[in-house]
Amino acid sequence: MRKEVLTSDILVIGAGPAGLAAGYSAARSGRSVLLVDENPTPGGQIWRGEWRHPRSRRAAFWFKKIYEGRIPVLNGVRIIAEPEEGVLLGEGVDTLYELRFDKLILATGARERFLPFPGWTLPNVVGAGGLQAMVKMGLPIRGKRVVVAGTGPLLLAVAAYLRAQGACVLLVAEQTPLSRLLWLGWGLWRYPSKSVQALLLRGQLLGVPYRTNCWPIAAEGEGKLERVTLRCGSRTWVVRCDYLACGFHLVPNVELARLLGCELLHGFVRVNALQETSRPNVFCAGEPTGIGGVELALLEGQIAGYAAAGDLKRARSLFAARNRWRLFAERLHRAFTLRPELKDLPDAQTIICRCEDITLERLERFCSWREAKLQTRCGMGPCQGRICGPIVEFLFGWHVDSVRPPIFPARVVSLIPMEGEDSTYVHELGRRYAGDHHEF
Amino acid sequence: MAERVTVTINGVRVEVPAHVTVLAALIMHGIVTFRKSVRGEMRGPLCGIGVCFECRVTINGQHHSRSCQVLCQEGMDVRTE
Repeated sequence: MRKEVLTSDILVIGAGPAGLAAGYSAARSGRSVLLVDENPTPGGQIWRGEWRHPRSRRAAFWFKKIYEGRIPVLNGVRIIAEPEEGVLLGEGVDTLYELRFDKLILATGARERFLPFPGWTLPNVVGAGGLQAMVKMGLPIRGKRVVVAGTGPLLLAVAAYLRAQGACVLLVAEQTPLSRLLWLGWGLWRYPSKSVQALLLRGQLLGVPYRTNCWPIAAEGEGKLERVTLRCGSRTWVVRCDYLACGFHLVPNVELARLLGCELLHGFVRVNALQETSRPNVFCAGEPTGIGGVELALLEGQIAGYAAAGDLKRARSLFAARNRWRLFAERLHRAFTLRPELKDLPDAQTIICRCEDITLERLERFCSWREAKLQTRCGMGPCQGRICGPIVEFLFGWHVDSVRPPIFPARVVSLIPMEGEDSTYVHELGRRYAGDHHEF
Repeated sequence: MAERVTVTINGVRVEVPAHVTVLAALIMHGIVTFRKSVRGEMRGPLCGIGVCFECRVTINGQHHSRSCQVLCQEGMDVRTE
């Protein structure tokens, strides 16, 4: 493992819309900037795989800003620890990066929320955004029968995308009631771009049933998914398909913010008007501060970038626009609230923690996340509770908060001291690592 | 004709388009289950964005590599469980 030290005035973690906007804005104000992202190319999830060939004008616009501004982006590198103040440790394929900075901007995005039901661990039961991400990166979908299910605005976008790629989308099942969607739709007049987007998506999905009040209750098949059972009101029926693309809106990636000691409020990173967290010189933008979509992420990213660079005038000029989109985010959140019936989906034998194969039955007797972890290893596998944490929060109301370095499974060589170095932090990491993590 | 690369999947040499992930290459070649869970269940990819670790395979001898986050490269050796 090679080691490289990279120093920048402003380090941005995450190269999705928020990170790109932050990086550009900070660089525009004359600071040296480094963007670090763990995906193969910049763009985050929404613009995944589009770096060479952007599919939207907006993606092309921001990619060009980064490209023309010669702002360095380090891809394929994930942050695993903060060995000392002003330094983050990033692990690449064959290089360990010591990233030194004055100011830090966290733009770590969000992931899908998954909910367990019998059969959800079968191969070909995938995330909704998950399937889209896989298809963007080359998975062949032409002619495949797909049921899209779960909740959130992402479902329509995913269904339209998959259909455009040649998939046979059989049904979109949205758990939220129609009344809530109408309420959301009514509020869209203040956001014309969103109204147009919703209409376009619906147009692209002509002939595809979109059912509200509807969700999957079981997935079955021999060795892989063959059929899904859906429920709508009191009616249940079976649909044969190749993929079930199922996701229940988004949860923020706040693990790094937690590791750095940034304060959270209701599961989101708390920031001030300048997007600065409770920890001085650490800023946060995009989904970790509240699930709001690309428009809000771009605005928050710009504000964070300008603020970190000390250009408060430019930062303040974007406050009004940001507040408008924050109201939209609040509306989204209320429209796609999870219904309590979804808590009854898993049966006693349904796996909740996929890394450690921990069933609902084994977890039900505990009263906290910590207790369940200690007794069952729930949440202690490679994903570090990123999948089952939001599940137990929803099912049991547990408070999932513990984060320890390395926040991603890291290789042992990344954690052992380099020759001739004073690396007490590495020993400390190694000690914790030995007790709490899989060996990678 | 799009650029192509040759990779080895479980000992078999196959040609795949350049710029696709190892995950996509595996599915193109008929692989549905990527790993066995701790209780022996067969598992395939879930999140597609490098979070869930369900798609992990061995790439060039490196165990537990997330196939959704690695692009295919000429001569790559990929093994599933």
